[in-house]
Amino acid sequence: MDQTTPARRTTVTVRPSSGWARVRSRELWEYRELFYFLTWRDIKVRYKQTAFGAAWAVLQPFMTMVVFSLFFGSLAGISSGDVPYPVFAFAALVPWTFFATAVALAGNSLVEQERILSKVYFPRLIVPAAAVLASLVDLTVAFVVLLGMMLVYGIVPSAAVVTLPFFVVFAALTALAVGLWLSALNVRYRDVRYVIPFLVQLWLFASPVAYPASLVPEPWNAVYGLNPMVGVIEGFRWALLGDAEPPGPMLAVSVAATAALLVGGLLYFRRMERSFADVV
Amino acid sequence: MADVAVRAVELGKRYRIGERQPYQTVRDVIAASARSRLSRPSRDAAGARPPTDTEWVWALEDVSFELAEGEALGIIGRNGAGKSTLLKILSRITEPTRGHADISGRVGALLEVGTGFHPELTGRENITLNGAILGMRRAEIDRKFDDIVTFAGVERFIDTPVKRYSTGMHARLAFAVAAHLEPDILIVDEVLAVGDAEFQRRCMGKMGQAARSGRTVLFVSHNMAAIESLCSRAIWLEAGRCAADGAPADVISDYLATSLSVLNDRFWPDPDLAPGNDRVRLRRARVQPELGDPEDLIFVTTPFRIEFEYWNMRPDARLNLSLHIYNEHGVIVFNAVPSLETVWRGRPFPRGLFRDTCHVPGDLLNDGVHRIELLVVENSSHVIHRMDDVVVFEVRDIGDAREGWYGRWPGAVRPRLVWETERLAAGDPAAPGDR
Repeated sequence: MDQTTPARRTTVTVRPSSGWARVRSRELWEYRELFYFLTWRDIKVRYKQTAFGAAWAVLQPFMTMVVFSLFFGSLAGISSGDVPYPVFAFAALVPWTFFATAVALAGNSLVEQERILSKVYFPRLIVPAAAVLASLVDLTVAFVVLLGMMLVYGIVPSAAVVTLPFFVVFAALTALAVGLWLSALNVRYRDVRYVIPFLVQLWLFASPVAYPASLVPEPWNAVYGLNPMVGVIEGFRWALLGDAEPPGPMLAVSVAATAALLVGGLLYFRRMERSFADVV
Repeated sequence: MADVAVRAVELGKRYRIGERQPYQTVRDVIAASARSRLSRPSRDAAGARPPTDTEWVWALEDVSFELAEGEALGIIGRNGAGKSTLLKILSRITEPTRGHADISGRVGALLEVGTGFHPELTGRENITLNGAILGMRRAEIDRKFDDIVTFAGVERFIDTPVKRYSTGMHARLAFAVAAHLEPDILIVDEVLAVGDAEFQRRCMGKMGQAARSGRTVLFVSHNMAAIESLCSRAIWLEAGRCAADGAPADVISDYLATSLSVLNDRFWPDPDLAPGNDRVRLRRARVQPELGDPEDLIFVTTPFRIEFEYWNMRPDARLNLSLHIYNEHGVIVFNAVPSLETVWRGRPFPRGLFRDTCHVPGDLLNDGVHRIELLVVENSSHVIHRMDDVVVFEVRDIGDAREGWYGRWPGAVRPRLVWETERLAAGDPAAPGDR
């Protein structure tokens, strides 16, 4: 009677599992529509009933940029190379604000969805991933403002701009990696909720947002790349503003750090996933 | 002919005591590991020893059954008997600790109506979202969208955020989405516990439709009448184990025999399957308050009525019903016969459908579960049909009739009687001065 009921029926076996579980990519693919809907819901819900709506996605990095320009750019006299400091800061704040929002949303996503987790089955990975994807809207909106600023300051990106999509994906994967860890930990330890804002704040100062990565002296430069946001931010600046030379070893270290975080996060998440419904 | 849809083999689920509100803070973990470090020589700290039996409970233990495609299985049992745990395992929300289950086909689990509804989103948006969460494909949702809206009766409010909906509208919309789910295996947990009588009737209708259309249904409920009329088979879980498995009528009566669960509205649409014999067949038996919603609770102060509908199959039968009302202790509280009935009393009954209604005043029965035994009597003396526990209903206690006493109120009846207290004399009895 229902055309979506296939003639062949797949048999699923539920049984106790133990240890590390692999990521079931085929199942994730089957649930792609739910992934899409949860992302769509996260986007819709976020700006409903807010007076400024999506303007928040601009205001936050913009005000930060103003404050940074005043205190770090003018008063502290931090060098931003050939690029005017406001553009220099905003080019970093675009990926940074995205990262901060995505990590906070993803980190709390499972706990906030506990009703659904305890009532419906689906691969739980979808929940933090949707939160990260939904945050990309903020990135897009802020990015438009950045383009406007570049226009005002007369900055024309070099050919390096074609690498920008790579850095967007890189930023999203980094946020997902951190989000996976935090969301899974949050189910078990509710401290995480309070740790997230603090962690994001510290991370901001440990990342080259208000200052250039070149501030870190040479031998430590690559080590600095262990903070994956260093690679992301420097990548954004290089792709858009084309000021310094391309980020080399530092970027490689950052990519490796994100890969390690992501693989570890996936494994940890999958290991914890089976007990989410019992614990959350 | 029918394939196995669900095969559960020795399913068990163990919870750590308190694990249902169990998230820890880092402080707890640090404290626990500090304890284990301090007392390592004795090796009896939390982290170092295997958990003992006292810290764990088996919510489900060694449950096995096979369910053929198209079967409708009712699951009954007391609260905490493991019914919901079983459904959660079968719908893959939680993993079993032991055993396994093979499930063939698409599963739709309705453990709650309106899962994932978001108050800020409109009715339209919530239909889409909730459908996706319940496992519908986008094309399927689009195709059924108009039906869902019509079924819920919210056409005018479809673009209004659901936070502005009344409770009833919210429930109707949520159920409408769920009702249009068409999985191979439908898992339902006590959805009928919410909503008004009309809403419950529609839920039942949809469930019945699902069961009849060849879907495999697993249905947990405390409503024995619903199980009886919907399911082709029932299992009874008791403390995590399967206590009985068989025809719903048998399993239910076994269960009721131990637990006196409420069964206050029974309906047998098909006379061939209804209790009775070739002279009289029951159609409906129920107990409900005289005023207000039929689903309202009956308190010790509530007047209520007992209703029987029955087919008289023989012409010119001089029938009367006789009701024995038993309390929890097996005492007959009273025997009611239609002695004040004026229309049919003493007259021969032609063939046809009859309804008897017995009106019971408030402030008569004590609180507790009561059972009714029905006797159909001919010529005032000959019992032609007798049925135990035809209706089981609960009379609830009400605080303000108790005068501040909170213990068990003794007695088979609980009348509120006219009472007078007068002061006859002043002073004390040694000096009966001015009497």
